[in-house]
Amino acid sequence: MAIKSLDELKKLKTEALKRREVTQSTGRVQVIVPMGTPGIAAGARETLKAILELIETENLSDVIIRQTGSSGLDEWEPIMQVVIGDQPKVTYGKVSPERAKRIMKEHVMGGKVVTEFVVPQ
Amino acid sequence: MITNIKNGLDVSTVVQAAVSQHGATHEDLIPILLSVNEQLGYLPTEALSEISHSLRLAHSEIMAVASFYRMLSTEPRGKHVIQFCESAPCHVMGGRQVLRALQEELNLEPGQTSADGQWTLLEISCPGICGVGPVMMIDEDVYGNLVPERLSEILAKYRE
Amino acid sequence: MKFYRSHVLVSIDPASVAKGVHELIDALQDELVTQGLIGEVQVLETSQISEHPEGLEMVVYPEGVHYTGIQIDDVPYLVEEHFLKGRVVKRFLAKETKPSDEELGPPKSKEVRVVLRNCGQIDPENIEDYIIEDGYQALGKVLSEMTPEQVIEEVITSGLRGRGGAGFSTGRKWQFAKSAPGDVKYLICNADEGDPGAFMNRRVLESDPHSVIEGMVIAAYAIGCNQGYVYCRAEYPLAVKRLNTAIKQARAIGLFGNNILGSDFSFDLEVRIGAGAFVCGEETALMASIEGRRGEPRPRPPFPAIQGLWGKPTNINNVETYANIPQIISRGAAWFASMGTEKSKGTKTFAIAGDVNNTGLIEVPLGITLREVIYDVGGGIKNNKNFKAVQTGGPMGGCLPAQYLDMPVDYESLMSAGSIMGSGGMIVMDEDTCMVDIARFFMDFTQDESCGKCTPCRVGTRRILEILERICEGEGRESDIETLEMLCRQIKTTSLCGLGQGAPNPVESTLKHFRSEYEAHIREKRCPSKVCRKLIHYNIVDACTGCLVCARNCPVNAITGERRQLHVIDAELCIRCGICEQVCNFNAVEVWS
Repeated sequence: MAIKSLDELKKLKTEALKRREVTQSTGRVQVIVPMGTPGIAAGARETLKAILELIETENLSDVIIRQTGSSGLDEWEPIMQVVIGDQPKVTYGKVSPERAKRIMKEHVMGGKVVTEFVVPQ
Repeated sequence: MITNIKNGLDVSTVVQAAVSQHGATHEDLIPILLSVNEQLGYLPTEALSEISHSLRLAHSEIMAVASFYRMLSTEPRGKHVIQFCESAPCHVMGGRQVLRALQEELNLEPGQTSADGQWTLLEISCPGICGVGPVMMIDEDVYGNLVPERLSEILAKYRE
Repeated sequence: MKFYRSHVLVSIDPASVAKGVHELIDALQDELVTQGLIGEVQVLETSQISEHPEGLEMVVYPEGVHYTGIQIDDVPYLVEEHFLKGRVVKRFLAKETKPSDEELGPPKSKEVRVVLRNCGQIDPENIEDYIIEDGYQALGKVLSEMTPEQVIEEVITSGLRGRGGAGFSTGRKWQFAKSAPGDVKYLICNADEGDPGAFMNRRVLESDPHSVIEGMVIAAYAIGCNQGYVYCRAEYPLAVKRLNTAIKQARAIGLFGNNILGSDFSFDLEVRIGAGAFVCGEETALMASIEGRRGEPRPRPPFPAIQGLWGKPTNINNVETYANIPQIISRGAAWFASMGTEKSKGTKTFAIAGDVNNTGLIEVPLGITLREVIYDVGGGIKNNKNFKAVQTGGPMGGCLPAQYLDMPVDYESLMSAGSIMGSGGMIVMDEDTCMVDIARFFMDFTQDESCGKCTPCRVGTRRILEILERICEGEGRESDIETLEMLCRQIKTTSLCGLGQGAPNPVESTLKHFRSEYEAHIREKRCPSKVCRKLIHYNIVDACTGCLVCARNCPVNAITGERRQLHVIDAELCIRCGICEQVCNFNAVEVWS
């Protein structure tokens, strides 16, 4: 499994990209939750838990959950980002478990951005 | 005779486990002390003697290291250790009021351990999450955006 | 000219046109006619009123009332209530603008993300995410196409300087370690930044650990090290966990360990956790701590490049320095050197804190001015107050007044102004800050963190703190300023390490730029910024209506007075807690000094 040369590394990159594309095309929606210390301190674990619970209760099969590190919007933590297909990423701020459930229902399932929780850019 | 040791663990077992995990040379001393401190809640004299014996280092050398670092304690600590950020960015965001409320709630001054052995209150230097300040850590858990009103709800999670 | 008693300014912009603003105006005109107010109220069009309007909005003058979210159906009610009955309609009132510390403000357009480019974009616990972003390609290039000498040459040409504080050329540092005699050499990453509020390294380690690891492997190859350590603060448990995960994943696919990428180069890395001592950010103290001893510094020379960990040649850089390396290799030294000034190349992260609107972590090209950082990226001073000073470089940095705002931020300029780059902390202070109190605050920190090994730092910082405390309490003496200056000089020149050598900076710089404040404290027993409690007193002025609120709230019963009569504060009893000032609804409590 060890990579033995730069070419093999480049090959691994291509494969990883392909894998990501495959998961992205089968999974229609990506939900991204930054899990850095600021996020966790502000309650990101509870937010993520609420999202996972909703996925289970609503039996959603085409949603991918991804985590990242913190992005620099610490004051807005916990943060939740939603990407549907090739539409631009929507970033929500101060996402409590209740807000997360609303975003899941209205945006992820209903396709409508919950503007009141969007972090102003 | 040994009191206040977390979970009633045996000092010798804990020390030997830490030594076999990290190694028995001088450079392994701090990782060993951190492990033992974490498991027992502090570094009792028996533990220091045992480490001194295992690493073939003078007791004074071990004591010199154990007393130097803020994360290591030679005094018994409470079951839950609360570390409150004392740095400027948290203070300007209202940390002072939260700390005061916390002190009243626990009836403790920073550096003290409660008589029932439940809590130790410490001040720490900046954990670097100033964006969600004021911040505190209880054991391994981090809490941000603190306000005095939230304290009792958070502390309740740790009370039995 | 016709006189109107009221003017209604309706916001017209593409968004509101789409929401039917013209119909709203028509409805307004109709309703004003119906209620017979058309001769008194004029409806005007204006440009966008607020940045993020919630529906249609208008401002009514002369009151300046701002209404939003108005529907056509609401018009009759609004006209009747506001213009006929003269009552403000609360439910349409624009919500108060959010407190400024929560606002992100306009896009921080002057930012350039090099070190932070992956933060928040990739999953730090999945090496594939990093590889997709061209991760480890630089390492591959180095191992297959470059000699160690070429790598060092590239880093020297890029002009990269240490991001931990002193700003020594990174490439030259590597060269020293490489040319030092000895077969066994060590590589260390200093992840023990402890400057309060400066958390860039935590961000990078938690969000993009592989960039640091890749930079370290490249450095190890260039210098000829086979063993490395990351010395990480215990206050960053998540960073430690992510680093260990990253190392494990990299090792599993052969980016670590023996014969990396099929070459004959081998390197291994271990994470060491600090145990909570600020002084361990100093490189010789840090090495003592890795060796399992008290983290006390030792005199240099010999420098770590010659005699470091266990007496062997050792290279130490900090997190941000290593994180720059992969990109310098991939994109070339010339690309890196195209950013920054003649002597300070590339970008630098800064943690902005204090009285600015946008606090947080930023990354900007070096050479940007302090004004650009504070006003363009930081969004200016909170509550429209005036800028007073900025302290750069953490507790050992100096405080720079407004005359330095247009100075470029680079190593030399900061140094010549009496401050330092440090790890990139930046605390902005507004006009209400007492500079003597600030000097006392930082001296309190450094004297507490002094490891105690050398006398100038251990005793000297203590003496400075005592004098500053005395001055703040109104017991300053005429000779104090001279004594402080002498102590600062002595501590600076005779201390063993950077902590002691830098500790006097906040005092020296405030003495230099804000000397009159010291003099006011000492000679007039006055704190011009009204901060030092012992030097201020609270007074009740004529605006007092005699409502007794302050008297009821005073914790020491220092306020007396009859209802509807001017109250008086007993200065002897008053503990200057400021509660009376906070609770007074008539601004009748003033602070004097």
